[in-house]
Amino acid sequence: MAEANYPQDLLYHPEHDWARIDPAGEGGSDFIATLGITWYAQDALGEVVFFDPPAVGTTLVKDEPYAEVESVKAVSDVLAPLSGEIVEVNGDLAGDPGAINEDPYGEGWLVKIRIAEPAEREALLDADAYSATLGG
Amino acid sequence: MTPPVTELPLQRERARTIFEKGASGRRAFMCPELDVPQVNGEALPERFRRKEPPRLPEVSEPEIVRHYVGLSKRNFDLDSGFYPLGSCTMKHNPRLHERVAALPGHARLHPLQDPARAQGALELMWNLQAALAEIAGLPHVSLQPSAGSHGELAGVLLTRAYHEAKGEHRHKVLTPDTSHGTNPATVTMAGLEVVKVATNPDGGVDLEDLRAKTDSDVACLMLTNPNTLGLFDQNIQEIAAIVHEVGATLYYDGANLNAVMGLSRPGDMGFDIVHFNLHKSFTQPHGGGGPGSGPIAVSDRIAPFLPRPLVVRDDDGAFDLDFGRAGAESKSIGRLRGFQGNYGCFVRSYAYICSLGGDGLRDASETAVLNANYLLARLREKGVAEHLPLAYGELCLHEFVLSGGPMKKTLGLKTLDLAKRLLDFGFHPPTVYFPLLVDEALMVEPTETETKETLDAFADAIAEILREAAEEGPEIARNAPYTTPVRRLDEVGAAKNPVIRQALS
Amino acid sequence: MLEAIGVPSIEALFERQIPEGVRLRRPLGLPDGRSEQDVYAHLRELARKNVSAEDELSFLGAGMYDHYVPALVDMLMERSEFLTPYTPYQPEISQGGLQVMFEYQTAISELTALPVSNASVYEGPSAVAAAGYLAKLHNGGRRFVVSAGLHPHSIETLRTQAHGYGMEVVEVPLRDGVTDPEAWAGAMDAETSAAIFAQPNFYGAVEDAAALSAAAKEASKASFGGDGAGFGRPGEPIVIAQVDPITLGILEPPGECGVDVAVGEGQPLGNRLDFGGPSFGFFAAREEYLRRMPGRIAGETTDVDGRRGFVLTLQTREQHIRREKATSNICTAQALNALGGVVYLTWLGRRGIVELGELLLARTHYARETLSVLEGVEPLHSQPVIREFALRLDADVAEVKRRCAAAGINPGVDIQALTGREEDRGGLLVAITEQRSRADIDRLAEVLGATVAAVGRQGHTARTAESTSAAVPA
Repeated sequence: MAEANYPQDLLYHPEHDWARIDPAGEGGSDFIATLGITWYAQDALGEVVFFDPPAVGTTLVKDEPYAEVESVKAVSDVLAPLSGEIVEVNGDLAGDPGAINEDPYGEGWLVKIRIAEPAEREALLDADAYSATLGG
Repeated sequence: MTPPVTELPLQRERARTIFEKGASGRRAFMCPELDVPQVNGEALPERFRRKEPPRLPEVSEPEIVRHYVGLSKRNFDLDSGFYPLGSCTMKHNPRLHERVAALPGHARLHPLQDPARAQGALELMWNLQAALAEIAGLPHVSLQPSAGSHGELAGVLLTRAYHEAKGEHRHKVLTPDTSHGTNPATVTMAGLEVVKVATNPDGGVDLEDLRAKTDSDVACLMLTNPNTLGLFDQNIQEIAAIVHEVGATLYYDGANLNAVMGLSRPGDMGFDIVHFNLHKSFTQPHGGGGPGSGPIAVSDRIAPFLPRPLVVRDDDGAFDLDFGRAGAESKSIGRLRGFQGNYGCFVRSYAYICSLGGDGLRDASETAVLNANYLLARLREKGVAEHLPLAYGELCLHEFVLSGGPMKKTLGLKTLDLAKRLLDFGFHPPTVYFPLLVDEALMVEPTETETKETLDAFADAIAEILREAAEEGPEIARNAPYTTPVRRLDEVGAAKNPVIRQALS
Repeated sequence: MLEAIGVPSIEALFERQIPEGVRLRRPLGLPDGRSEQDVYAHLRELARKNVSAEDELSFLGAGMYDHYVPALVDMLMERSEFLTPYTPYQPEISQGGLQVMFEYQTAISELTALPVSNASVYEGPSAVAAAGYLAKLHNGGRRFVVSAGLHPHSIETLRTQAHGYGMEVVEVPLRDGVTDPEAWAGAMDAETSAAIFAQPNFYGAVEDAAALSAAAKEASKASFGGDGAGFGRPGEPIVIAQVDPITLGILEPPGECGVDVAVGEGQPLGNRLDFGGPSFGFFAAREEYLRRMPGRIAGETTDVDGRRGFVLTLQTREQHIRREKATSNICTAQALNALGGVVYLTWLGRRGIVELGELLLARTHYARETLSVLEGVEPLHSQPVIREFALRLDADVAEVKRRCAAAGINPGVDIQALTGREEDRGGLLVAITEQRSRADIDRLAEVLGATVAAVGRQGHTARTAESTSAAVPA
């Protein structure tokens, strides 16, 4: 993706991770969020060469690293913006993780979790607040 | 210089591995005759035997020679050209060293030979230790570590042992944000935690930040002086005081020793532990990446923890190896590797030190600093400075760091492109993108063994590349190199789909 | 030049940059520099004070061996283009060195029957420690289980490093010269990060590698449950073997024995003894550990014009980008020594490595049989051996060696001096290379036989005298 882009419908963690909450599960036991890294993160990394997702069933803890994204230049921790249990991982990235660069909010999604603490959403930023942290 | 349109001969020649050459039945090795009885099946039971031989090549000696000599021609090297790599100290490797290292008395000496029958080797190591101790200003030396980063690991483990012996468990190691990547990795391997210390506008350690972060949980501060910017920290004595006040140790990364031999000594600056890179200041050839050697020198308080074995000398002057097993419980951190260390490197470095002597070593550092400052001055003169300014300071010691940030904005030329274009001019580029502190960094260390003519030619080449970008646009450099055996390689592809061995049917 | 810089003197460069308080104001206390001729004479004199394999009939081994190194290896290792370049960070001008690494990786992969090899690490024992670190990063276990058959230097190096990152090292004893199978299985638990043994082991014995690997995995499965550490990876111990590369022509390779990571000392492959270094360590593993491998790796790729080429790859794992999370702090490959290794393997070739293995097997077997019938000499164990074996002498080993030296023979390594183990008293480790002919072995038998008898008698007499008298000098 050539230009900086921070969709309005997502919530953002200051360490450059996003979460898309599926409103359908609100209040129920299957409250799902899709997670990934932001445009800023993939741009800083350069072309991603490897992503190895954790196993389904793994527990994520908010603010803790749960996976790594590797480019030729660097390896970066991916932090959990919310706590929860992994219910699905993006297996397509195994063969070619390029989607993380090309479509970080769409095909480049990393994992889906069942949200453990919905209240943790309060600590996340909206698109404008997150963009502001990136500076000029 | 106009890029060529046709392929050069070396480019036309396609890469084929030795595994793709040869033919069934060809051989080079002639096995000695079986002069003892054949063994029966019991000697090595069938279930332990290999079923299929390893698929090594089947080639004759002439094929082997032609193949590897051919490969050698696709390699740039120090004997052929200039290598101004910052912090690598690519100085000339005297050929005498290969001759003495090949003497059978050194080369064919088994590491477990009885010390009484290896007195020459032990004397050499003892003398080398003494010389390194004098250069460092710290009396106790171990030659065991195999490389600079290995010496660093030793240093951090020594620090841990020192604190543990006092009943303290400290967790933090401070390193400046300009430090070489090896330092943080080493600290983690030693079970400690890295805390970064800021750099001040003059390029030295930010004293306020250091004071704020130095507490009784700090085990060590790891520094190099001069630092990776080629600048000597004016506050080094104060830094040492701050660190020692909380009982922490001060560790010297010897990567930049070439600037100060005979002029200033890490021991006198207040360092407790110093590591040397014999493959930098002491001319052990780099060999395309190794071998190296990373001896360490330490102060009295750290000495009890040195790795074993140590070279010792008894009252009648005979040399021996002390493994620390006899008598009282040893406080040594133990072994870091097999045997005594890279003796072949000791022979070469010792020969170098014998050749130069004390005055010669000081002379080497003086000339290294002179050459770096001269090259810096030439690069400023040519109008290069506005595109590639010096990142910090005015003068430098043995190396300096330029920033390619302005060049990127004004000419659309990145440091990477400049480096690749330099290959077409027959120079190895300087170190690029390090230290991380400087935007589009270019770190240059000419060393003392380069002539003024070479430095002039290099400065001219840089100026030419900038002129070319300014007048003809950055595309030429962006697609460089043109004249090397292969051109820019797909590193992303190599990382995405790693192919790290020849496939065989 | 000073004019261009704008300073009046070289001294000014230092005056302005180094505080007076840390300036060295006296010459370095080192001897004066000397001419090349004088330095050569001095180094030659030192060489003469050493007794090398050139000067005596040597049966020393225990990790480094006096194999024949063909002249073409020396010639290639001395070429400027291989001797003097830096690490290949600019791949366009380093295709020679990078391709050598790629070929070396291929050769090691073939030898070990493991798909992934790096471009070499420093040497054997630290390669074992590096493998341990890989296991720790992979599964976060708390202890290493190691066979007492591992080279003592490997065990010591592992302990030193493991202390750094907080891992326990547990040693499993040998029985009849090989790793005690019950003790081995019994030592495994859910916290075991890696199980490590040597093949052949330090005492020259061929281990049942497949059984050891299987036992390590089985025993831990029984007690293991849940996810270990890291990002959801299971915590089965990683099986690590330190192997002798020269035996891999005839011995079942680690990849076929359930071993996950194979490491070893590369000196026997085309490298000099050099009083212990430099040499290289090799490091090979299963595919899944590719991104946890320490050190350098060369990978194949293409250039902009489609030419085949090679680059250093997966460098993100290394120290200079990952920093705190590096797989190791190793930033050297022993590139020059690995060149010697791959050229040597190419020189041996597919048939040669098998023939050499068979020759060593036959000669070693002959040597053990011949020496075992000497009075006061018995084998320490009767396991299969390939290139080295252990004897027990009924005499003081140091004294026996001193007397053999006078006859121009070095009969082998004093085992107890190396291991420090009480049960190794009287132990002698005898190594056979293709340079030790039958005649040499027969000569060894002659001299050793006579020496052991003489020293043994003396010792026996002394012991008898001691038992009947208060103080008799030994």
